[in-house]
Amino acid sequence: MKAYVTIMPKNGVLDPQGKAIGHALAGLGFAGVGEVRAGKVIELELAETDPAKAQAAAEAMAKKLLANTVIESFKVEVR
Amino acid sequence: MKAGILLFPGTNRERDMALALQRVTGVKPPMIWHGESTLPAGLDLVVLPGGFSYGDYLRCGAMAAQSPIMRAVAEFAAKGGHVLGVCNGFQILIEAGLLPGALLKNASLRFLSMDCHMKVERTDTPFTNRFKPGAVFRSTMAHGDGNYFADAAMAARLEAEGQVVLRYVTPEGAATEAANRNGSVNNIAGICSANRRVLGLMPHPENQVDPLIDGTDGLPLFESISASFATAG
Repeated sequence: MKAYVTIMPKNGVLDPQGKAIGHALAGLGFAGVGEVRAGKVIELELAETDPAKAQAAAEAMAKKLLANTVIESFKVEVR
Repeated sequence: MKAGILLFPGTNRERDMALALQRVTGVKPPMIWHGESTLPAGLDLVVLPGGFSYGDYLRCGAMAAQSPIMRAVAEFAAKGGHVLGVCNGFQILIEAGLLPGALLKNASLRFLSMDCHMKVERTDTPFTNRFKPGAVFRSTMAHGDGNYFADAAMAARLEAEGQVVLRYVTPEGAATEAANRNGSVNNIAGICSANRRVLGLMPHPENQVDPLIDGTDGLPLFESISASFATAG
């Protein structure tokens, strides 16, 4: 099964990439865009077939390596 | 003093670091490959030089922090060993949890390659004892992710505990916003561990150790390390 780990800058952490994307969107004429925040998604193919165990495994991976929890929050979705 | 330099795939400042260390110790420091699981015996100082380990994949320093050698470095530091991380080396120490906080993309989103000035906030560390109190010295920065981040509580704690060793300032010593090119919290350029024996900084003091090449502003840092081991015996 697959686990999708979505990693986002925590609230209160400056996100200059998101800001730059927001400015670029405004420059392209897309109106009405508020705050833009940029993160990343990491897709993991797991041998585990039990969704709860896959979830726990992906969360452990996120805590240990995939996200830096000082500055990033993450959520795991198993499909 | 016996120093060793760590090498990761993508490290590129190890030779400059070796020359700087050799200048104060007279000995060419060994290079230690990241795949090793032990450090050479009798080492006093481990240095993580600059570069772009693992192509900065995932986050700068994140991959290198998981290398076998970093487990040995963590044990070395836990036993009171001295560790210096410069630029990517600082990023690796942070990702390995040997120093607090995080390093974000520069606030300007630009890679900054330029001179900077740093104020020495404390001279009672093994890395700064040869600087005059309150000294300001010139160095060079060359990084894309050097924007030091700590949340308000952590930043207050670092300040209170005296872990902020180096701060970006104007040549006159003022910690202004303009002097803080990468956007670091409280103009922080370098921090140390609670026991003062692990130091990380973004700029490159190893660039300024030769009077014929850009002066010797960075030399006191290396002389400090050498001096602290000379007095320690």
